[in-house]
Amino acid sequence: MTQASSAVERARQSNRKVALVALSMALGMLGLGYASVPLYRIFCQVTGYGGTTKRVDEAQAASIKDSGRTMSVRFDANTARNMPWEFKPLQVKDTVSIGVRDMALFWARNDSDKTVTGTASFNVEPEQAAKYFNKIQCFCFTEQTLQPGEEVRMPVLYYIDPAILDDPDNKDVEEITLSYTFHLTSVGDAKTLDQNSTGG
Amino acid sequence: MATTAEHFQGHAEDHGHDHDHKPAFFARWFMSTNHKDIGTMYLIFAIFAGVIGGAVSGIMRLELAEPGIQYLGFFSQLVGDDPSNFNATLHMWNVLITAHGLIMVFFMVMPAIIGGFGNWFVPLMIGAPDMAFPRMNNVSFWLTVAGFCSLMFSAFVPGGTGMGAGTGWTVYAPLSTSGSPGPAVDFGIFALHLAGAGSIMGAINFITTIFNMRAPGMTMHKMPLFVWSVLVTAFLLLLSLPVLAAAITMLLTDRNFGTTFFDASGGGDPVLYQHLFWFFGHPEVYIMILPGFGIISQIISTFSKKPVFGYLGMAYAMVAIGVVGFIVWAHHMYATGLSVNTKMYFTAATMVIAVPTGIKIFSWIATMWGGSIEFKSPMVWAIGFIFLFTVGGVTGVVLANGGVDDVLHDTYYVVAHFHYVLSLGAVTALFAGFYYWFPKMSGKMHSELLAHLHFWVFFVGVNMIFFPMHFLGLQGMPRRYPDYAEAFAYWNHFATVGYMIMAASMGIWFVNIIYAFAAGRKAEDNYWGEGATTLEWTLSSPPPYHQFETLPVIEETAHH
Repeated sequence: MTQASSAVERARQSNRKVALVALSMALGMLGLGYASVPLYRIFCQVTGYGGTTKRVDEAQAASIKDSGRTMSVRFDANTARNMPWEFKPLQVKDTVSIGVRDMALFWARNDSDKTVTGTASFNVEPEQAAKYFNKIQCFCFTEQTLQPGEEVRMPVLYYIDPAILDDPDNKDVEEITLSYTFHLTSVGDAKTLDQNSTGG
Repeated sequence: MATTAEHFQGHAEDHGHDHDHKPAFFARWFMSTNHKDIGTMYLIFAIFAGVIGGAVSGIMRLELAEPGIQYLGFFSQLVGDDPSNFNATLHMWNVLITAHGLIMVFFMVMPAIIGGFGNWFVPLMIGAPDMAFPRMNNVSFWLTVAGFCSLMFSAFVPGGTGMGAGTGWTVYAPLSTSGSPGPAVDFGIFALHLAGAGSIMGAINFITTIFNMRAPGMTMHKMPLFVWSVLVTAFLLLLSLPVLAAAITMLLTDRNFGTTFFDASGGGDPVLYQHLFWFFGHPEVYIMILPGFGIISQIISTFSKKPVFGYLGMAYAMVAIGVVGFIVWAHHMYATGLSVNTKMYFTAATMVIAVPTGIKIFSWIATMWGGSIEFKSPMVWAIGFIFLFTVGGVTGVVLANGGVDDVLHDTYYVVAHFHYVLSLGAVTALFAGFYYWFPKMSGKMHSELLAHLHFWVFFVGVNMIFFPMHFLGLQGMPRRYPDYAEAFAYWNHFATVGYMIMAASMGIWFVNIIYAFAAGRKAEDNYWGEGATTLEWTLSSPPPYHQFETLPVIEETAHH
């Protein structure tokens, strides 16, 4: 009798062990689901996936040599639907030497009667060129705040990595478009993180 | 494969047939811990949900019978939309496709094939008295029911453009976030949470039962293939559903609490949602079909009176399908701007799945080869399955090509493909399993004549619905619209006629069930004869309320 009941107890413990292993697998996958958010961001930054450009420092930029070839770069500026700014590039198109740093200027004005802070998201077309598009300085690295009616000229310091010339995926690319979209971060001093007010 | 317990006397413990100590009605059905009762409830629930999901597709076929918008306005009024608001009327279409997809996937196929047949026959086939965690089994079932209620409720609350959640079963952001204000999508997401939690618990239960509760001598490599299929499915559920849970929880916080996981304005990316969804979504389609593979293996072997050809190959082909199923998800996303190299990888990986699937089809045919075949109704359904599933598999290989998919993406060709593998594949396997096991579960024989008739009418009907969709897709008809160009009218009308034929076959099925209970003769223990060799055939029909109180011993010499 005691033997039988201890066998039942052993079976129960063994069941519990298997169930706990299975449960921890499920919880692990749940964690992985959330971990995918930062992992995906890193993946995009490393591979240029989805048109994500690269960010480099001065030292890296100094080591790049002029390739002697040129490519044209187009500039595009947009604002999210609820963003009360006017935002445009000061040059629509530039011809740049591949491997030489260049500067593009953007212009923005706050058309509302409130202090507005915004952040720019960015993207490169065609997407496979993104990983060769290096930014040394950009207004998109930080938030920008404009007082009512204030105007500002914002620079982007960038170069195109000559490695693009050796990439078969980019051999037919003659023009790269750099696009920015300004999103509303906050109005006045208070941060607005309300989803419904930041469509876009 | 199948193992016969030659010396096991199923009836030795049958002594208490009439005093099985069944609890009273409420305790038995609402607080059930008996795997057979829970399996029965899952089957009844799945039939109920399937009727609703099927009726929804009936409304869609009705609307698509002719070009133009004819009936949507009427149905959108039923859920409380303003009839003068044409956008709300069109939104109703999105609500219908969403409801049809979610109901059929989460509340019909999964409860029937895993909850119903899995619960009923996994313990019986491995010689276990019940599931490892009977009470958790009960929780799984009622969570699924609660999820279904939440989904039904969502149709009657505002979902942005009109009443109900109109996001498609994929619930892509930003349509499901900033595009769908109102509580409907929240209720839809909640339904997925509940059904998902129930399925994860069910998966843990099956894994524990199969690993720990096999009868003495029932080694992993002697388990019937249906048990193998449920084991692989349980692992797929366990590893994929939590990823869906994470993704839809992020949707929920994006919608309600100001996070920006999938919102570019806050640094998020809507494409990430698609990656997460399909990391779940692709294993999910195997979750729906693998237990069907298991059922078909049992049936083909039974009615060919031969063990399954290549038992180990069959078992590990399912494992291979399960493993590879996790690394092909982006073939659903060819149109999201993947690089050529990424597309090449996902094309190749997807096509690799055709290899283990081909092994299965080959082995089923090889099992029949030289067998003493009897065309009883389950066998006819099973052969129908092989044919229909192969058609769907072939169009799947076509769609696996990234380049071809650029043209066919979101057309009716895709609709035809996944209905051939699911609506015709998985559902045909369900009916095969139903006719195979219904007398075992109920103790009453169905009418073989009606079962054959059901098959032929169903077969003609579903092929009429879905085969023309290949033509429509190749001609460029996009999916997910309630209206279409005049040029597509002929085949759409044809498909609607096919729907009516299919619906008639459901009538035959219900008549057959009524016949069985009203006038069916009593089923003996093993009514399919010598070919049926798994352990459930050693028990009475229906099996005793508690079976295998003394465990059966599977002999070492038992043949595969």
